[in-house]
Amino acid sequence: MSFALQALTGLAGASSLFLVACGLSVIFGVTRVVNFAHGSLFMLGAYLGWSLLRLLPHTPWGFGLGVAGAAIGVAAIGAVLEMAVLRRLYAAPELLQLLATFALVLIIQDCVQAIWGPAELSLPRPPFLRASITILGGRFPRYDLWLIMAGPLVLGLLHLLFARTRFGMVVRAATENRALVAAFGIDQRRLFTLVFSLGAGLAGLGGALSLPDGSANIGLDLRSITDAFVVVVVGGMGSIAGAYLAAVLIGVLQSLGLVWLPQGSLVLVFVIMAAVLVIRPQGLLGRAGSETGQPDRPTPMRAASAGGRIAFAVLVCALALAGSLAGPFWLAVLTEAVIAVLFAASLHVMLGPGGMISFGHAAWFGIGAYAAGLAATSLAAPLPISLLAAPVAAGLIALLIGQVVVRLSGVALAMLTLAFAQIAWAVAVQWTQLTGGDDGILGIWPGLTPRGYFLLCLAVCAIGTALLRQTLFAPFGLALRAARDAPLRAAASGLPIARLRLAAFVLSGTAAGLSGGLSAFAKGSVFPASLAIDRSVDALSMVLLGGVQSVSGPVIGALAYTGLFDTLLLASSHWRLWLGCALLALVLIRPQGLAGRGAGRAA
Amino acid sequence: MSLTRRSLLAASAAAPLAAPARLRAQGATPIRIGEINSYTAIPAFTLPYRRGMELAVEQINAQGGVLGRHIELLVRDDAGKPDDAIRLATELLGEQKVDVLAGGFLSNVGLALSDFALKNKTMFIAGEPLTDALVWEKGHRYGFRLRPSTYMQAAMLVEEAAKLPATRWATVAPNYEYGTSTVKWFKQLLQARRPDVRFVADQLPPLGKIDAGATVAAIEAAKPQAIFNVTFGPDLTNFVRQGNTRGLFDNRDVVSVLTGEPEYLDPLGDETPQGWIVTGYPVTGVTDPTNLAFIAAYKAKWGEMPKMGSVVGHALITSIVAGIAKSGSVEQEKMADGFPGASFATPFGRALWRTQDHQSTLGTYVGRTALKDGHGTMVEWRYEDGASALPPDDVVKALRPA
Repeated sequence: MSFALQALTGLAGASSLFLVACGLSVIFGVTRVVNFAHGSLFMLGAYLGWSLLRLLPHTPWGFGLGVAGAAIGVAAIGAVLEMAVLRRLYAAPELLQLLATFALVLIIQDCVQAIWGPAELSLPRPPFLRASITILGGRFPRYDLWLIMAGPLVLGLLHLLFARTRFGMVVRAATENRALVAAFGIDQRRLFTLVFSLGAGLAGLGGALSLPDGSANIGLDLRSITDAFVVVVVGGMGSIAGAYLAAVLIGVLQSLGLVWLPQGSLVLVFVIMAAVLVIRPQGLLGRAGSETGQPDRPTPMRAASAGGRIAFAVLVCALALAGSLAGPFWLAVLTEAVIAVLFAASLHVMLGPGGMISFGHAAWFGIGAYAAGLAATSLAAPLPISLLAAPVAAGLIALLIGQVVVRLSGVALAMLTLAFAQIAWAVAVQWTQLTGGDDGILGIWPGLTPRGYFLLCLAVCAIGTALLRQTLFAPFGLALRAARDAPLRAAASGLPIARLRLAAFVLSGTAAGLSGGLSAFAKGSVFPASLAIDRSVDALSMVLLGGVQSVSGPVIGALAYTGLFDTLLLASSHWRLWLGCALLALVLIRPQGLAGRGAGRAA
Repeated sequence: MSLTRRSLLAASAAAPLAAPARLRAQGATPIRIGEINSYTAIPAFTLPYRRGMELAVEQINAQGGVLGRHIELLVRDDAGKPDDAIRLATELLGEQKVDVLAGGFLSNVGLALSDFALKNKTMFIAGEPLTDALVWEKGHRYGFRLRPSTYMQAAMLVEEAAKLPATRWATVAPNYEYGTSTVKWFKQLLQARRPDVRFVADQLPPLGKIDAGATVAAIEAAKPQAIFNVTFGPDLTNFVRQGNTRGLFDNRDVVSVLTGEPEYLDPLGDETPQGWIVTGYPVTGVTDPTNLAFIAAYKAKWGEMPKMGSVVGHALITSIVAGIAKSGSVEQEKMADGFPGASFATPFGRALWRTQDHQSTLGTYVGRTALKDGHGTMVEWRYEDGASALPPDDVVKALRPA
């Protein structure tokens, strides 16, 4: 019966998903590190596994040995990364680790390509890996049966490790209360290194076990990382059994969904995640209140001094001057940079004072870009109207989506924004009649000279950023911060917390939409890429690089990030390595952000 | 300056009079080709492609270049994003003063660059992007495309597919423009030839994230007699492995786009399914002197066999150089007039830039997959000229508003 076979196939997929995700769950549970580089560790596992398995005998024992070797190798790499990078950041603002692990993603991508080359590497399958059995009226790969068993096996071993060993007890204690464990004289540094290394090893195991069904290739990292996050969040952050349950749910629904609705392949996973999070924000087996990831240790923002205002005015004048002197290329870079400033500032409203992390901020940027592009092409609207359409469209949709999103918090909220952004992206790809699909909307040029358009962007972005700043120091902004820092007290004082958060969400989306609209005319075209995850990551990088705690942070972060990226992309074919190293260096030297106070190394 | 006058001057070969602004370039300075591609995002294709280009530049310069000037190639990485490609095009055009823009792998990057070229009235020669829009819906005076498009690839394969007895077909294609468009043309053209054909399942896995087991099981459940595959790269490897183990390809005809290209065939190794009808490049099988000369030169320079990307990169440069030679100038309007009709040598033989739609007539090989010494290869292949895979001129005219 094909339904049962399809479901069984889904179980094999579920095991693969669980193997990718369980390490991430282990790491997050203890260290609270949101490890963007988890997919890179998975990819390293596949490549290491490929190298080892080619040398070992092509027998089941050889295979087992090679897979174990790859897992151990990646665990060692994980330990080194933890000691060299992450260890230095535990005392830094929580989200900064995210930027550090993003830098690692870039560095590992470049290194893997340098070591193993660009071509896809597939492992020749010995007969025992290609065998199939006839079951439920169809042929089913025997290896996939092993995989189906590998998931629960790993789950069981992890359970034993955490329930029965002293190491496991300490880890559980650290998950509950880090300070208490430290007070008992347990060396947290060693504990965190071990846990990170264990998580990395699990990722490596998953990568090596994926080889018989596919190949080692550049791009495995980004393909696996979203899946891993989805499974962990749906299962409940830090709950390994939850991750397994989530993997089964997603794997089986995805497998069955392919039969009923093949066109839905781009969004199915995200729709499932959104549905679970809306009903159960803490995930399937997560405990309510465990979904941390709140920006910690709130610091009051400084009201802008006269000096700050002057500095901002000087910066705007300097940019205007630079724009009037620059050649066409640097003019394009400057245009991009000022648009990025508004985009980053809009994310900062949510992230900083709003206390809401967004992994899907590109949604608002992209909706704005499409609104402007459609107004200019389909409706033949003049430039001001088209530009106005961008924030209006983004703001209205943010108002709608925000109703659901602001009820959540922490990483669950962040993942719901990601789910929405991915759904919006899929709409852009698949609603071809409206959006042109992958071919996008072309020919949206502003009818101004590039210099004229730059000055327009500068004016709009400067005013927009200044207004956002103004809002954050107005009573609305103060109330918003109260709602973030002390929700109970704020509620007791009669502040409408949900409405405040919704207002911040809409404000943030509106401003991001405006920056998207400006970008559409700067590039002359809009593509689904404007809604893609990379763009959301760019925005996060800019804000974190600049520093979350001050309003000047996103401005400086956006300028620095755009400048770094654009220059390195032009200068070197190893730009990923250099960009990663530069980000790492900045994070390690200035954990408070480029614009942050209290600079210096975190202990 | 009016268009007609430019054309007239081009014909009279009074180059220095026609383009006073470009006088500085008419000395011994090289002609600059600015190339933008997804080098870090799609390395498996673009690195051999870059090597092909560099070989062509070296060969052309050794023969004295074109119009008495050498060729200089400036290469930029767009990181796979159209926005970055546009900024780099600004840099190449504005700072480096390139004479011709070229490149692209992803269709959206190609389209973004093409639109940029139209706005700046600059020549843009797309090498790899396969989308039909590039020369049809969004085609324009300054835009050209080298490779056989999705339509052409589908049309070449339909020739063979129509001969198969199968009437129940399933399709599997990556869920983006290249995949959906190729499937659309294949269905349309096949059903025109074979009204008895029905399509019983359409799988659209996300690009690079195929759930191969589930996809194979879903196709199997539909019990098709034949399968049309559009996946490539890591997706194809996963799909073939699951399909082999589950017996999806047993007693079924499979027609598959691009699978015969070494980039995608090599990773299949000894699991290469036999007898698939594919488009590709039988690099170890070709025997004609043109191909052999190219392969020998490529191996001598790079120490490895060329891939399809190498051929595209090489032909891209020779097609541009031939266009410049025919135009007698690197003045943009003259090139826009001169490129159409220019004939150029490629490793696959001669091709030309069509005047109807600026599509080149470079073709590709159609054959069957086979296994030889544990490696995938193509057999029973023939070269299919691009010109024969394109629709009649009146259809093209209707498809191309420009």
